[in-house]
Order: sequence, then structure tokens, then C-alpha cells
Amino acid sequence: MNFWNEGEPVVDQAAPDGPIETRWDRRKFSAKLVNPANRRKLSVIVVGTGLAGGSAAATLAEAGYKVRSYCYQDTPRRAHSIAAQGGINAAKNYRNDGDSIYRLFYDTVKGGDFRARESNVYRLAQVSVNIIDQCVAQGVPFAREYGGLLDNRSFGGTQVSRTFYARGQTGQQLLLGAYQAMERQIGLGNIEMFARHEMLELVIVDGKARGIVVRDMVTGEITIDLADAVVLASGGYGNVFFLSTNAMGCNVTATWRAHRKGALFANPCYTQIHPTCIPESGTHQSKLTLMSESLRNDGRVWVPKRGDDKRAPGDVPEDDRDYYLERIYPSFGNLVPRDIASRAAKNVCDEGRGVGPGGLGVYLDFADAISRLGRDAVEAKYGNLFEMYQRITGEDPYEVPMRIYPAVHYTMGGLWVDYDLQSTIPGLFVVGEANFSDHGANRLGASALMQGLADGYFVLPHTLANYLASGPYEKITPDHEDVVAARTQVEERVQKLLSINGDRTVDSFHRELGHIMWEYCGMERTEEGLTKAIGLIRGLREEFWSRVKVPGTGEQLNQNLEKAGRVADFLELGELMCIDALHRAESAGGHFRAESQTPDGEALRHDDQFSYVGAWEFGGTGQAPTLHKENLDFEYVHPSTRSYK
Amino acid sequence: MQKAGPAKTVPAAKGKRRPAGARSSVVLKLVMAVTGLLLVGFLYAHMIGNLKIFFGAETFDHYAHWLRSIGTPLLPNDWYLWIQRFVLTVAAIAHIAIATILARRARKARPVRYAHRPKVQASYAARTMRWGGVIILLFIVYHILDLTTGTLNPHGAPGQPYANVVADFAPSRWYVTLFYTLSIVSVGFHLRHGLWSSIRTLGQQTKKGERVARAVALVLSVVLVVGYLSVPFAVLTGLVD
Amino acid sequence: MDIQVRVWRQSGPQDKGQMVTYDVKDISPDASFLEMLDVLNEKLILDGDDPVAFDHDCREGICGMCGMMINGVAHGPERATTTCQLHMRHFKDGDVIDVEPWRAAAFPVIKDLVVNRGAFDGIIQSGGFITAPTGTAPDAHATPVPKPDADAAFEAATCIACGACVAACPNGSSMLFTAAKVAHLGLLPQGQPERDSRVVDMLDAQDAAGFGGCTNMGECAEVCPKGIPLNLIGRLNADYRKAVGKRR
Repeated sequence: MNFWNEGEPVVDQAAPDGPIETRWDRRKFSAKLVNPANRRKLSVIVVGTGLAGGSAAATLAEAGYKVRSYCYQDTPRRAHSIAAQGGINAAKNYRNDGDSIYRLFYDTVKGGDFRARESNVYRLAQVSVNIIDQCVAQGVPFAREYGGLLDNRSFGGTQVSRTFYARGQTGQQLLLGAYQAMERQIGLGNIEMFARHEMLELVIVDGKARGIVVRDMVTGEITIDLADAVVLASGGYGNVFFLSTNAMGCNVTATWRAHRKGALFANPCYTQIHPTCIPESGTHQSKLTLMSESLRNDGRVWVPKRGDDKRAPGDVPEDDRDYYLERIYPSFGNLVPRDIASRAAKNVCDEGRGVGPGGLGVYLDFADAISRLGRDAVEAKYGNLFEMYQRITGEDPYEVPMRIYPAVHYTMGGLWVDYDLQSTIPGLFVVGEANFSDHGANRLGASALMQGLADGYFVLPHTLANYLASGPYEKITPDHEDVVAARTQVEERVQKLLSINGDRTVDSFHRELGHIMWEYCGMERTEEGLTKAIGLIRGLREEFWSRVKVPGTGEQLNQNLEKAGRVADFLELGELMCIDALHRAESAGGHFRAESQTPDGEALRHDDQFSYVGAWEFGGTGQAPTLHKENLDFEYVHPSTRSYK
Repeated sequence: MQKAGPAKTVPAAKGKRRPAGARSSVVLKLVMAVTGLLLVGFLYAHMIGNLKIFFGAETFDHYAHWLRSIGTPLLPNDWYLWIQRFVLTVAAIAHIAIATILARRARKARPVRYAHRPKVQASYAARTMRWGGVIILLFIVYHILDLTTGTLNPHGAPGQPYANVVADFAPSRWYVTLFYTLSIVSVGFHLRHGLWSSIRTLGQQTKKGERVARAVALVLSVVLVVGYLSVPFAVLTGLVD
Repeated sequence: MDIQVRVWRQSGPQDKGQMVTYDVKDISPDASFLEMLDVLNEKLILDGDDPVAFDHDCREGICGMCGMMINGVAHGPERATTTCQLHMRHFKDGDVIDVEPWRAAAFPVIKDLVVNRGAFDGIIQSGGFITAPTGTAPDAHATPVPKPDADAAFEAATCIACGACVAACPNGSSMLFTAAKVAHLGLLPQGQPERDSRVVDMLDAQDAAGFGGCTNMGECAEVCPKGIPLNLIGRLNADYRKAVGKRR
């Protein structure tokens, strides 16, 4: 059976060539400008108010465009960027430790397992320094040293200290900076904010993105908003796994609707699985909580040597413990990168040696650190994390080892965009986690915040202006036939979901989809498993559309109706993820194919066959999508094998 | 611009803005703090005067007469007293009026009450500010009729405050002493929160200062209650007669 | 464990609303409070009833979206804990738990436990920012900030705008919320140019939105899941007094 077709290659037309250091400057110079007086005649819709969407909306409004901003939360300040803990990278070289724009660029391309575009990553590294300046000017309270200057910490995958942070709440503080800039523009009347509104369809007229169909989540009213350009900043799709570290409301609907309307979806199979999350405690589990990666600096990861060893962890003698990361990776030990630590945990659990309920967990033990450094020192370093762990599990990590397990955390894939962050639909721009552009097959720690703000503050405002300079586009009214069609489509879908009135809840479908995805398209994928998963997902989707029960009506706040629409889209996305994972018969970053590994079980890339971006064209629900390859050239950083032994 | 968007849901506070400060709740609170402190200052002066009762009738009555002559000869007799009465009355009225405004705002700010509401975690003093204030107001009215004008005093002789006081708190009139005690204790509670609250409203802002302010408020309230109650109980027990 | 919940049910802003009792059986003590409500909702849906609407999103205590009065205490019995981080092990088998929405005129009920906290955005709009249009910033190290100031600003900036302070305040005042933002920005050198106008404008917006006045009861700080300290209100008062003084 043919799961996909192959189409023409896709080419990034906006990418400048020449020396990489000057590409962004040249692109900015060649971009058309909009006269300040004309800007207020041009309107932009921004969907999502996280770091990328919030910073983009604020910056565009400051420039003078009319911005209308949408989020599903009750206020823009709650977007899930707020939950990012660790920090934000920037090539400031404030430590004088040999950091540079080029080094950040190099680390990011390498960290992405050579599946990212060099031009984009270089630009990201370039503007990273401006981000820190901007955020400090806004009053973001970064950690500082006694001299009053900014502090830095180091993060996985790098040998320099370039991560700026605000205790364990960097995402929150950066988002509040963008939110406040946004609120200022709302107060000035330059942004109109629509909270508790969900985008359910993209409006395309004459081949250009011209608006969206939204549902007011409070009144249920379905309305049209038309503009000169649409920006999607709607985040990642990790919730396709049901259990993830994403917020409950995170969803793929905005990007998936655009994909269905013709935007290519790139690299959907690249998902980042974070090794240190609190494991599931039972069937009630609704989400997973991340514990900072920093814990692995002092905690030792182990499982019992024998699977039938059911003793309490404190009773297992040293000889019966397997410190498997230290054993397999003697030089990096407990500090191997995220993907490697995650897969190793899965392997020992698959061998039946996992601990805790369901055998899905490994110990992260601080007993050695406590005896070496003393309890006070450990508390000073990790006190708040230990507290959080205890609050959730009811166990005291000073007394018993923590139990951790990997969980889905971030998705590197997303809508395909060119160098200008424009999708394959003219006028549709995609920023932040929602696009695919900068992280390749694996994202380095503290780079998500950097990318979101780079796109929103410093890249999109220039490239979108270039598009808008050809506007204002032809006036369209809500009674234009394409607009009416989009609206009708949404109304019919809502009615359909409400009318099935079956015997299964939305959550039960979501949970089942999550199980399928985690089992077959999670940390380790095989051809057989993926093929099976595609069949299972198709069956589940069919069942969903005949058996789902959505209570209530469409004319009120109806959280189950919202969820049902999102799960319906996840049921389509999940299939595409499996197809992408199936077609990519290599292991790269967040995508590990069991068939493609070295003799000692490490990821094996096939640069000769797969050095490209896999961009998918929608082929119809349940129909084979079409693959468009964007070839990746590495002029500066030459592909090599990652090794952490 | 083609606008067919839905209505805005996030209300902007613009448009309703009043000129800076006017009727702002913090300005009102500042006025409450200042007037409250003024009244506390008076209470302390009044208390010190009261304690002169322990030096005997002559000293006490002399002190009462002296009050009428403060400011002389610059001011004619009694003028100072009337100025003070005027200032205190204005302060009290302002204090009460603003308390009423703020209490009404608070009520409006929570139109629907909680079905399950345990006692608030703040002190008893903080919770009883408003009712305590009402008790104090009633007491002031009675107190003026009793010992200033003498209308309700069993002795009621002008110019003989010592005798008036002794007659007032005679054991047979235990209910007067009881009401007096209740009122003074109310004043104590009112000040325990009120003093600290006014210090905070005036801008006290450190955590250490907060502890100091709370302690000062407590000590000043206790001293005041003890000082005031010593008089009726001295009369009641026959220490003063 | 088996428990009973008495939940405020209100079908819409115009509905009068009432407390309704539900049995929730066989709940794991490891479930969070919201997961307990999830379980209840799954049952209600299959029984053909309307599930309980409640706000929630990150479920890790940082987004500020969740929040309800649990037995009359904002975010429930655990200190410094949001509703989503409250776990059922803090309750006993057979407990009857009362669940109500935040109650304030400025936070009208939308449905069941869901309220509109847009008034907070209005307060921020009026001045809760530092004007720094993108691209205008000097180098981040151009202005050193003393570490104690930076740390204190951070502490104030951790407010998640959940609204527990308003819900707990006997006066329905949002003073702690406003004070936290005024302190965060006012402690930093970047925040000085707008310090006076900020505090006056934000307080005016707070009053206009229908919040009550502060009487320094301290209920807000008791229930604040992020431990925003009460003394920031004193700082707000001082800033306000100075700002109004200068205007005269």
C-alpha cells in the first residue's frame, strides 16, 4: 500500500546566497518598505500570543500596522511559553569564554543533527544578542551577579555559558515582557485583542491568506476576520500524544487547518522527548510535569539489575543496581543529551526493569549528592524542584530517590516556511514552534525561547513588511463566496461534532490516540510499528466520527466541543506524523528508527538519502499526502556523527 | 481596512479614567490614615488627662479648667478648645464618611457572596474594623452627652468633672461601666489594626518594618485600653471616690 | 477514595446558579484536584449531564488560568499551591468539598467555575509596562542593576494573575496584583521614567474596573500561590503618595 506520493522539490525562494554573515542584512536591505503613513491602512491577524505571537503583535503594532490578535486562553499572558523553565541562549559572549555568533550557529546546526537550514540558524544566532537587549529594556528581571551584570548558566550540548535565565521561570518572565508590550499597544488602540477565541479555519481568497474564521468560546458565535496578512503563532503539537508537558489547551488546529488549505507541513515526525519528567501515576493522569534537566548534574540514574527486584529502592544494595547511563556512556554519564537519556530509559523499562506504577520509571537518586555535599547544599541548589516533586508525588526526594520518565516536550516540525517565515500560501506567515525552521531534528535546551522571540521581534516585522508593501490587497467583504464557504465549513463541522451524540467521550479518544502515538511513533519507531499505527489511527478516526459524544450546544462556553475539534485534527496529524516517520528511514535527532542504528545502538543518519526537509502536501483525509523535498546544503558546518560515549 | 471582526472581549479601562487621585481608593485611604492618626493623638492626650484623676479631685478639676485656657492670652478663653473640637469633628466625619464610601465599594466589589466562607485568616481586629467603628461612634455620642455636656450624667454639674466621673462609674451604674469597657476595648481593637494599617497606607514597605509596625500598633492599643479602663475600674473598686 | 463535591453550577452569566452535589468515587490520592474534576466530568458526559466548566491550562502552576474556591479558601488548603497542583491526598475519604468560582464584580462568572479576569489586562494596559519599542534597546549591560533590586523585582514579577488575591480579599480588591507589577517595574532602573504615571494610572484603572479598596487585611498574601509578599502594597502606597504629591 502506498502511504505517500512524491512530488516536486520545494525551494526556498526567499533565501539569499553569498557569505552567510551578510545574508540577513542583505535580505533586510532588499526587502520592500512600507511608508509609515500607509501602515495604518494595513491590517494583520496574529493567532497566538506566546513569545513569538506576542512579540510579533507588539512589534507590528509599534511599527504602525493595525493588528488583531487572538488567543484561546482568557488573557494573552497565559500562552504556554510561560512554562519554559531553563533559559534563553544568546551569543553575547559576556563570559569571554570564546562564544560567538558563529559558535551558537555551529552548535545549533550540530545539535539539530544536520537537518536545519544554515541560513536560518545563522540569522537566529545573529539576532539572539538583540533579544537580550530588548528584554532587559522591557524590565525582564534576569538573574544578575553581585556586580549588577547579567548572570549566565551553561546548558546541554554546549561548552560555553550563554544561557540567560530568571531562576526557573525564564519563559514566564520573557512572556510577561512581550505581553506587557502588547498590552501597551492594546491600550493605545493599535492592537485589538480577542481572548477566548479560537481560530477554526483559514480564509484564502485568490490564493492568498486573507483572514480566519474564529469561534468566540464564550458565546459560541462564529465570525470572520479579514486582513492583509495572517500570522500563525499557535505553538507545537505535542498534545497529539495526549500526555505531554504541553498545556492542556495546546493544539494543532490553526496550523492543521492551514495545512489542509495547502500549506506544506514539514518534518512532523521530529518530536523532542524530555528525559526528566514525573511519571504517570494512574489512569487519571492528564498531563506530565517536567523537572529541570539540571537535576542530572547531581542525581544518578539507575534501575535494579533484575526486573523481578521489587525491593524498596533504599533496600537495593549497590551491587544490584544498574547505573545504566554511567555504564553505557562513561564519558558523559548522567549528562548525555536529552534524546539519548530518554531512549536509554525506555530501553531499560522495555527490559522490564522499570520502577514505580506500571514499571514506567527510573530512579534519579540524590543519596550520593546528599552524602557528598550535605543536605543543605542540595537543598540550596534544587530545593524548589524537590518541593515541586513532593507536591505532585507525595514522596520526599531527600529520603527516597525520585522517579522519572521521558515525556513529549517540544515538536521541531511545523508548517514549512521560507527564509521570510512565509508558508507556501502567500500572506500566511508562521512563527515560533508552529513553524519548522531552525532546530532541525533536535532542539537544544534554551533555544526555543530564543527562536520564538527572534521570529517575533526581529525577523517577521521585516519580512512581513516586504509582503505588505505590495498591499493593501483588494478589498474583500464577508459575503465573498470563498469567505462564506470557509465559514459554512466551520459551522457544519461544529454541528457535525454536536450531532453525533455517541457513547465515547472526547478524552477517551484522545487518550487512545496518545497511546498509539507513544507506542509506535514515540521514542523508537519501526516500519512495522508505524504501519500498524497508521491503520489504528484511521480506525480510531472513523470511530471518533461515529461514536464521539459532545454534550451541550454550540452557542455557549463548551469546553468539550473545543476539545473535540482539536482531537479531530490530532487524529489527522497523527497519521501524517507516522507517515513522515515511516518515510524517513534513518535516525536523526528526535526521530529514532530502530532499523537505522549503529551496532551499539546509537542513532544512524543517512545523509546521502535524507539530507532534506520533508514537506508534506495535504492529500485529503485518509488519502496519501505528497512529499516535497527541500534539499539541505551544508556549506559551513559539515555533517558529522554525534557521539557522547 | 476590512473589519468584520467579533466584538472585543477584554475590556480596556480607558474612557472611565478620572483625574489623577480624585476619589482614588488609595487617596481616600490616605485621608483615613491621617484623620485616624489625628484622632489617636487626641485619644492619647485625653488619656493622659484622664490619668490625672489619680492625683485627686483638685488636680483633675484644675487640669480640666486649664484646658479652657490653652492658647490664652493669644486666644480668648475656650477658643482653643473649640478649634480642637472643630478639627476633631471634621476628622471624625471625614474618617467615617470615607469608611462608608470604601465599605460600599467593597460591598459592590463582591455582589455575590461565597456559600462556604470560613473566617478570614486575618486578625479579629482586622475583621471587626467596620462594626467596631460603629460602636465607637455610638460611644462618642453618649460620652459627649455624658461627660461634656453632662446631659446624661447623674451628677451633671458643670465645672466638677471629678465628681461627674465618680458619679458616672458608681457600682450601681455597672451597665455604664460595662458599656464604657466594651467601647474602649473596641477602640483597642480598632487601633490595633487601624494603626498598623495607617502606617502601611502611608507607605511602610519593608518586611522588618511590618513586624515593627504591627508590634507598635499592638503596644499602643494595649496601653490605651489599660490607661482608659484604669479610671472606671478605680472608681468601681473605690480607689477613686 | 470516595468523596462528595458540592460545585457551583451556573449555566451562563444571566443564570442565578446554585450549589449541586456530586459523588465522586474511587479517586486516586495521587490525582490532582483538577483530575478529580476530569473524572467527574467524564462520568457526567456519559450520564448525559452537562460537565462542570472550569478554567485550566498548563496544570503545572505557572499559567495562572486555574483557580477556584475550595472549602472557602482560594486554591484550596495547601499554601503556595495553585489548584492544579493541589492533590487529593490532602483530603480524606468521605470528605465533602465545596467548590465555588472566584467572586468579584470585576470577575463576572461566565459559566460554572469560569470567570472573566479581563479586568487584570485592563490594569496592565493602563501602565503595567516599560515603554521600550522593539529595536530601541541599548546593550543589556549598559545599565547594571544591583542584585538585591533585581532579585526583589523578580520576586514581584512571579505573579501569575490567577486572581486568588481578589477572590480572597474581603473587599474584592486587586491591590496585591497591582502592587506586584508596580514593584517589579519600579525596582528596576529601566522602570523609573514611567514610575509616577504608572502607579497613578494603574490604580485609577483598578478603581474603574470595580475592585474594592485595600484595608490591609492580608488575606491576599495568605492565599497567593506565588507568595507575593504583602509589604509590596506598602511600596505601592508610598509610590502613589509621592507620584500624586509631584503632580500637585
